[in-house]
Amino acid sequence: MKSDDQRIAWIEEPKLGTTGKMYLPLFFQGIATTIRHLLGPKLTVHCPEERHEIPDPLIYRGVHRLNRDEQGRVKCVACFLCATACPAHCIDIVAAESPWPDREKYPQSFTIDELRCIFCGMCEEACPVNAIELTSLYDLSGRSREEMIFDKEKLLSVYDRTRDDEPMPSNSPPQQPQPGETP
Amino acid sequence: MLLLPITIEALIKIGLLIACLMGTTSYLVLLERWIAAWIQDRRGPCRAGIPLTNIRLFGLGQPIADGVKFIFKEEFTPGHVDKFLYFLAPVTILSAALCVFAVIPFGSVLPFDFTAEYDHTMVQWFGAEALPEYQQQNVQLVATPGLDVGMIYIFAVGGIAVYGAVLGGWSSNNKYSFLGGLRAGAQLISYELPLGLGILGVVLLAGSLRLDAIINQQAHLGAWNVFIQPLGFLVFFVAAFAESGRLPFDLVEAEQELVSGYHTEYSGMKLMMFMVAEFLHMITAAFLMVILFFGGWHLWGLTGSGEQVTWVEAILRVLVLLAKVMGVILFFMIARWSWPRFRFDQLMALAWKVMLPLGLVNVVVVAVWIEYGDRLAALTGLPEAGIMAAVGWVVLIASWLVVTVCAATNFDNRPLRGPETSGHQAEGATSP
Repeated sequence: MKSDDQRIAWIEEPKLGTTGKMYLPLFFQGIATTIRHLLGPKLTVHCPEERHEIPDPLIYRGVHRLNRDEQGRVKCVACFLCATACPAHCIDIVAAESPWPDREKYPQSFTIDELRCIFCGMCEEACPVNAIELTSLYDLSGRSREEMIFDKEKLLSVYDRTRDDEPMPSNSPPQQPQPGETP
Repeated sequence: MLLLPITIEALIKIGLLIACLMGTTSYLVLLERWIAAWIQDRRGPCRAGIPLTNIRLFGLGQPIADGVKFIFKEEFTPGHVDKFLYFLAPVTILSAALCVFAVIPFGSVLPFDFTAEYDHTMVQWFGAEALPEYQQQNVQLVATPGLDVGMIYIFAVGGIAVYGAVLGGWSSNNKYSFLGGLRAGAQLISYELPLGLGILGVVLLAGSLRLDAIINQQAHLGAWNVFIQPLGFLVFFVAAFAESGRLPFDLVEAEQELVSGYHTEYSGMKLMMFMVAEFLHMITAAFLMVILFFGGWHLWGLTGSGEQVTWVEAILRVLVLLAKVMGVILFFMIARWSWPRFRFDQLMALAWKVMLPLGLVNVVVVAVWIEYGDRLAALTGLPEAGIMAAVGWVVLIASWLVVTVCAATNFDNRPLRGPETSGHQAEGATSP
């Protein structure tokens, strides 16, 4: 395209004021900003010794856990809603006939591939019984890919580890939907 | 027997200088990283301490780690380079950067007669020999005391840095390195001129090219050149930034936006030589700035201003000089994060259209002052330094106002518009 092409829209840049033309005031403005930051508080922390404060652990989206009910059983009812909602397809559930009278199914195996997970939290939103939750543990590491595939036991142990710091939003039985509220 | 003590004295000073410079450079790298981190609200290197222990010492062991890393890095020489020049370039630039320090004083004098002490010891050990007629009172704290061409030597040796850059870029046989070398060469050569003009005013005023004489003149007058010739200082300051390749003039390297420049093809120790040379240029610039414009070792009421010193004064003078140099280096490092880099055309325009005329104005003002200044001082009865400072500041403000009115610091590199379309017509024609 030539410079005299009719389709070129020439835009005038705004004129510099006297301060801009003098350059030196802006020069001092720049160094004042730098020195303020040089002496100001630092945002980073010495990580293994210090940790960032997580403002609200209850809504942080870290490693998953599988919650237990009052009797220590896994709360999950193997309804597959989380696996359906998962955009990364990282949840794998094998359902089986429940040995307990209060539900029909329970997960025989419940596996999350933490390497595929994008920590979007949609599994937590989808769960009707508050069985799967994201904790505030964020430093997740392993020595192999297999190690990063969390099975049911591991997910339950994450619950055991975080139950005191991050209590379940409702340890009571899941709320019954009000009649007439949903069509 | 006459030359031997002088040689030994010089060797001691050279060894001290090189050891201190190399050590300082490695720790300046750490300081640079610290300041970079602090300005970005980070903490910077703070882990590496004493090797093989868990003692951290605020990260003071980082230079050791860096050095070990550099030594063990693969030193890869591409097959397509001109081997001889490729090896010569880093050696040239580093040796030139070190050689400059031969004439830079790192203090005033020590009240200690090395020659006499040496002769005394020789007499004690070997019996009486012919005592030399050499009469030196004090140890001068400069590697080559009494070199009359000091400033010219600095310019001559400093100019070799351009060869290092151009050779490195050319011998790499790589078009990006070559462009980087040209870019560096153009920048360094352009800013030699304002640098020289900035120095010329100081040399005129002191009447000598010797750095120690320039410091002594400022100490005797009791007013540093930065107060007397602020315009000269401004020109020298900008040019020194550009000469040492520091931001906002670091187009020599421009690591964020361009291919790294003339040392793209270098790695390992050869790359380190380039980097050490860059830091040495910065130290040189800081030393020159302090010596030429900030009174060297002089500080009112603390260091005295005479030729004869006590031990306390001698050490204080060294400390004051080094503290000032450190302050300038700190400013270099803070400045790096304060202002955006100039475009290349802005860089060139600043050198040729702003700094060169301002430098000439400064030289003319100083020359006129030297011719008529004493008469003016006698006429008004005011102290000479005061009038000089007043004249200097008036000249600075007036010339900077002229620069502002001409908008000389604002440059346009927009593409040329078509011959028949002016701005308004083009805007009107864009709505079919």
